[in-house]
Amino acid sequence: MSNVVDGSVGIVETQYFTFAEPPNRLKLECGRELGPITIAYETYGELNEDKSNCILICHALTGDAHVAGQHPPGSPKSIPWWDNMVGPGKPFDTRKYFVLCSNIIGGCKGSTGPSSIDPTTGKPYGLNFPMVTISDMVNAQKALVDHLGVKQLMCVVGGSMGGMQVLKWAVAYPEMVRLAIPIATTARLSAQAIAFDAVGRHAIMSDPNWNGGDYYGKAVPSSGLAIARMIGHITYMSYKSMHSKFGRDLQDKAVPDYDFVTEFQVESYLNYRGESFVERFDANSYLYITKAMDYFDLAQPSGDLRKELARARAAFLVISFSSDWLFPPDMSKEIVSALRRNNADVSYAEIKSDYGHDAFLLEVESLGRLIVNFLEYADLGGRSYDL
Amino acid sequence: MTSSSAKSTLADLRPEFRQIVELVAPGSKVLDLGCGEGELLKALQLEKRARVQGIELSDQAIQECIAKGLFVYHGDLDEGLADFTDDSFDYVILTSTIQVLHRPDFLIREAARVGRNCIISIPNFGYWRVRVQLFFGGVMPKTKRLPYEWYNSPNIHLTTTKDFRRFCTEHGLKIVRETHLVLGEKGCKRVRLLPNFFADYSIFLLKKS
Repeated sequence: MSNVVDGSVGIVETQYFTFAEPPNRLKLECGRELGPITIAYETYGELNEDKSNCILICHALTGDAHVAGQHPPGSPKSIPWWDNMVGPGKPFDTRKYFVLCSNIIGGCKGSTGPSSIDPTTGKPYGLNFPMVTISDMVNAQKALVDHLGVKQLMCVVGGSMGGMQVLKWAVAYPEMVRLAIPIATTARLSAQAIAFDAVGRHAIMSDPNWNGGDYYGKAVPSSGLAIARMIGHITYMSYKSMHSKFGRDLQDKAVPDYDFVTEFQVESYLNYRGESFVERFDANSYLYITKAMDYFDLAQPSGDLRKELARARAAFLVISFSSDWLFPPDMSKEIVSALRRNNADVSYAEIKSDYGHDAFLLEVESLGRLIVNFLEYADLGGRSYDL
Repeated sequence: MTSSSAKSTLADLRPEFRQIVELVAPGSKVLDLGCGEGELLKALQLEKRARVQGIELSDQAIQECIAKGLFVYHGDLDEGLADFTDDSFDYVILTSTIQVLHRPDFLIREAARVGRNCIISIPNFGYWRVRVQLFFGGVMPKTKRLPYEWYNSPNIHLTTTKDFRRFCTEHGLKIVRETHLVLGEKGCKRVRLLPNFFADYSIFLLKKS
């Protein structure tokens, strides 16, 4: 058992890798092609001599490559999204492991997405950007991993949509994944989760500024995107965490005004979350990425999750959180059940938490302990070996 | 896992687990239901080269199992073993577990379905100290094996060694071997005479008959 030590990876710089130059464009699941593709990525720690210590972290819907540390002074403000998990002495210990995270394609944080310039027109892609899927995101990451000369990833890990990428990695490139840690995720979205995504997209697309996706250089659909983010935030918190954080408290007042301005603290919080999100995220990317999540179904093409997961060779640690109602524990159990029926090496842990879906970013203590131990010992477990 | 820590694990192994390790054939595939912190599974993995996995409800115990490099499932045994096909394990083990279940009969049937053999151990409620406390004291018994008060005990389906034998007969389970133990001043001893009276713990190796 190791304690979570407060060590920072220090100053890091985002790096860029460009591939799929025409005519060798990347073939996408939707049938279209994309290229050239730039991937923004960050690395922490050192790759060892036999390149066997690489851990790939996959980010969630609105995440990016900046997992830990600080960007050089003078760079635009960017908050590392899993800083308490990655660093010297932390669960993903950068003294031992070479940690890699890249921004997904379709995103807006340095990798090619709808806000990137389409080389054929010289203008941003907008809705001309092809529909990308979780599978396409993984294929792009694979190109980056190849470029770094890593033949096998020691571990692929991620929460929420990052967990979908973990699952896809394990079946698309089974020989390349030793350990897989899908967290707070699902093999396929529920109708309820698709519904929330759809409402978020409606909010964006009904904002007059959205203009069919062609708003670059003009006023952006900020009110639509802010509403989409608010909806998202509601789904990330639990009933309990939201109520204990805000209750029915009024914002900066003791008695209500009986009008339609912001009255309750929870309203003010959502407004703030929505507004700050608009400054850092592209509305079209939000449309594309939520769509990629909606399309994700690991059980396809056969319709049998067990059969599709049969290709996986990794040892799995599947983690869920008790109060997560967006991707509830039952969805993780469905994955575990398929793996168990395939005789795979799999551990399942359900962490008790009131934080809802957001718990994968917040329950650092329990999550960290599980991960540290799994990384350390899972390679030995399950199989017979000499003393 | 270094060899020194592995050896300390084995040296510290509880005597009842030691008896169970001896029942398992080398190279077996083993499922431990209610595996606790995984001491028994680790011993089976190291000593018998068993391919092991466990199911456990406690958060803390799951953490300990993963720290031992074991593959475990965090869940409730009362949910059953639906993921496993018939005879998918050489041994399914239940140590001091059936008495905490809501439906022990259901889980034992499930264990017998997915395992070619079952090893089930029970704290014996027919043990003489238990009988004495109830008979003469008129109080709910408390022993080293059953240290709880009536109001906080997780043990909701206690059984005697005799009850369990009868259960096996009635449910088509053949008792291949049974070992009876008593925890005394000088540790754990084998009991051969009148185990339903003198033993506080019984281990059964079962096969479907």
